[in-house]
Amino acid sequence: MSEMRDPIESGVPDHVQYLHPLMKKNYGSWKRHDRPRPGVLHHVANSGDEIWTVRAGTQRQMDVYTVRTLCDIADKFAEGHVRFTTRSNIEFMVSAESKVAPLIEALGKAGFPVGGTGNSVSMISHTQGWLHCDIPGTDASGVVKALMDELHSEFIKEEMPNRVKLSTSCCEINCGGQADIAIVVQHTKPPKINHDLVANVCERPTVVARCPVAAIRPALVNGKPSLEVDEAKCICCGACFPPCPPMQINDPEHSKIAIWVGGKNSNARIRPTFHKLVMSGLPNNAPRWPEVAAVVKNILKVYKEDARSWERLSDWVERIGWPQFFEKTGLPFTKFHIDDWRGSRATLNASTHIRF
Amino acid sequence: MSKPLPETPMLDQLESGPWPSFVTGLKRLAKDNDMMVDLLGQLETSYKTKKGYWKGGTVGVFGYGGGVIPRFTELKDENDKPLFPAAAEFHTLRIQPAAGMHYTTDLLRKMCDVWERHGSGLIAFHGQSGDIMFQGATTANVQPAFDELNEMGFDLGGAGPAVRTSMACVGAARCEQSCYDEARALRTVVNTFLDDMHRPALPYKFKFKFSGCPNDCVNSIQRSDMAVIGTWRDNIQTDDALGKAWFAKHGAKELVNDVISRCPTKAITLVDTKDVSKAEGISSVALNGTQSLEISNHDCVRCMHCVNVMTGALAPGKDKGVTILIGGKSVLKIGATMGTVVIPFMKLESDEDYERLVEIAQNTIDFFAENALEHERTGEMIDRIGLVNFLEGIGVDVDPNMILHPRSNPYVRMDGWDEEVEKANERKARAA
Ligand code: HEM
Ligand code: SF4
Ligand code: SF4
Ligand code: SF4
Ligand code: SF4
Repeated sequence: MSEMRDPIESGVPDHVQYLHPLMKKNYGSWKRHDRPRPGVLHHVANSGDEIWTVRAGTQRQMDVYTVRTLCDIADKFAEGHVRFTTRSNIEFMVSAESKVAPLIEALGKAGFPVGGTGNSVSMISHTQGWLHCDIPGTDASGVVKALMDELHSEFIKEEMPNRVKLSTSCCEINCGGQADIAIVVQHTKPPKINHDLVANVCERPTVVARCPVAAIRPALVNGKPSLEVDEAKCICCGACFPPCPPMQINDPEHSKIAIWVGGKNSNARIRPTFHKLVMSGLPNNAPRWPEVAAVVKNILKVYKEDARSWERLSDWVERIGWPQFFEKTGLPFTKFHIDDWRGSRATLNASTHIRF
Repeated sequence: MSKPLPETPMLDQLESGPWPSFVTGLKRLAKDNDMMVDLLGQLETSYKTKKGYWKGGTVGVFGYGGGVIPRFTELKDENDKPLFPAAAEFHTLRIQPAAGMHYTTDLLRKMCDVWERHGSGLIAFHGQSGDIMFQGATTANVQPAFDELNEMGFDLGGAGPAVRTSMACVGAARCEQSCYDEARALRTVVNTFLDDMHRPALPYKFKFKFSGCPNDCVNSIQRSDMAVIGTWRDNIQTDDALGKAWFAKHGAKELVNDVISRCPTKAITLVDTKDVSKAEGISSVALNGTQSLEISNHDCVRCMHCVNVMTGALAPGKDKGVTILIGGKSVLKIGATMGTVVIPFMKLESDEDYERLVEIAQNTIDFFAENALEHERTGEMIDRIGLVNFLEGIGVDVDPNMILHPRSNPYVRMDGWDEEVEKANERKARAA
């Protein structure tokens, strides 16, 4: 092999070189914005300069042809500068209002939905899944494609009470993150251990330490060092699987899908909240996960009808209370909804505040 | 021309519908790329069996200990031969984009060319931590792909027990709510810790995130060990002309229901303009010829709601800076935790301010490196040792902004009470 090249440890590159000229000129000096239509932002700077942004959904996992198509559109109809949002939407910036309509038309022709702004349902934050992760219980890109097909009309409109952020995660680690509605794999059976492999593959003390409920202990199985799970204690979280792949947690039948609602990271109105479990036991039904889509769409429908303007899902539930949430959505309330993890007593109703 | 496409009846169902299809993209690549043909084969198998078939390993670039996510197929026949050999190695390079994820088309095209030459042609914009994920390279191609991207001015991100790639909101580049230069802060901080990023040796991952205001568009409070969030200390700024324009368009119903009654601390009242308080700490904005909104800024918790609804008419104050919260993380192992306030306010304007920011980050990482257990995140460590021990470790004084309410149990030794009162008085004297 030829001599190895030392890396240039340059870290994060300077963003200024990639900024749209108007963003560079008015950096840190913007006055206000409005949204002339869904998918379009109009920002006005203190200098009086104006910039229009057109936001479009992408599939996130993009082939180079798709990226080049987006570049062609940016070169022909925008001004050669784009950026991505945290939810993998692409944004095109233009300096004149007259450029907005042709840009939207070009995006439409190329199959990119324009929307995701304001009180719409934006693109789903998601992860790797079967395409690239080593521990997934389901896919990521496919679940998102299936769901966004169903939610497309809410992406291109701004008809929700407030913005709606979704996420999907293909294991309980939840790389997709907190969201108004989060779709997360939920395992329901303890890991099946391939004892022949443990000794070679796993650092046993590490695996033992990883378990949140101390359900794993070292054991000799068939004369070989392995591990053993106290199945009565195990909460089927899958935390032992990444450090020890022979602890097979994924199960085509018993790895289910759960739905959580009411996560919000913005500080607007109530403090940031974590999402809460509302539904589980849904089948991992590739390639279109219809059962999951039905539950998500139902929650969105009830929220859309019942919440007041500017109420995020968490604000809405704060007003109507959880009993009415379950009643209005028709979702079953079970013993699994009552938390028993550490700090859980703080989640119980220590008052007579009850809505009738 | 590549080898023929496998049958993919499951994935084919993801080609219809209005949302852009990643499957169509994979198939387009597969027309002249065997790796993608076999990737489709393996992915279709996962769809059928509902099982994943990747395992990790060790692949990297010369000089670094992380930043590449190795993937080797586990889908093999009885002779241990991969069923889809061209995708038997399918590694990802995590590359750090510019803060705010800005690109010129020229840059994107160059990235595509590199990835066409050395990789599968599949790129994710972006991972949830903020990397550009160049997905699908053989072990042999990882180094040349990195070399080209590196020569273009791009560097690997983090993986494993390391400082990770960071994210900043669009902020100052195009947002009127921005309270500091998020991108400068990101670049200054992250580029200080490149050794901790590229040579993973921390107890576990450490993430920074930068949001320009409390709307926290990059979700720093829940997804980063150290969240830097813009805020302000003086009065909300107002613009009477835009206030009147807003009211003319939206009317009294929206004013009452969407603005006044949604303020979490009831800091907003409707007043006759002639009665607007002249006291310090009061902002007001005209709604029409006779009425104004009055905001009691000492009661305002800078939640951003009214500023979001009446953008331009209301705006963050002039005395801007940041709040720093430490300890946010996801589920493993104790359950999700949010960052909690460690620095209620600091200015972030001068070079010295940025040096102080880096110093806080350095102290936090040093303390984390020395005190966290293996595979323990900063938030878990604070849970275990208590906030006060952490604050003492990084040299930050206690402050009532760090809590929701004081302790509600007596289970603590208070024989040092008098000394602590003295310290509190000293802090007060210093601040005055
Ligand atoms: C074992 C294999 C794992 C794989 C393959 C994996 C994969 C990923 C990927 C691809 C991302 C996006 C990264 C990027 O933006 O470049 C990510 C983010 C994330 N991962 Fe993992 N992950 C793993 C383990 C974990 C573990 C053990 C945890 C939790 C303790 C975790 C928590 C997260 C979180 C919270 C994010 C989102 C972070 C953010 O938005 O800042 N992951 N993961
Ligand atoms: S959520 Fe779990 S399975 Fe999915 S990418 Fe993250 S670690 Fe992998
Ligand atoms: S699945 Fe979770 S609870 Fe069960 S043994 Fe593994 S780590 Fe422990
Ligand atoms: S976090 Fe605040 S400053 Fe940053 S983009 Fe969002 S609203 Fe603007
Ligand atoms: S920003 Fe302040 S005044 Fe405005 S709604 Fe929030 S707390 Fe109330």
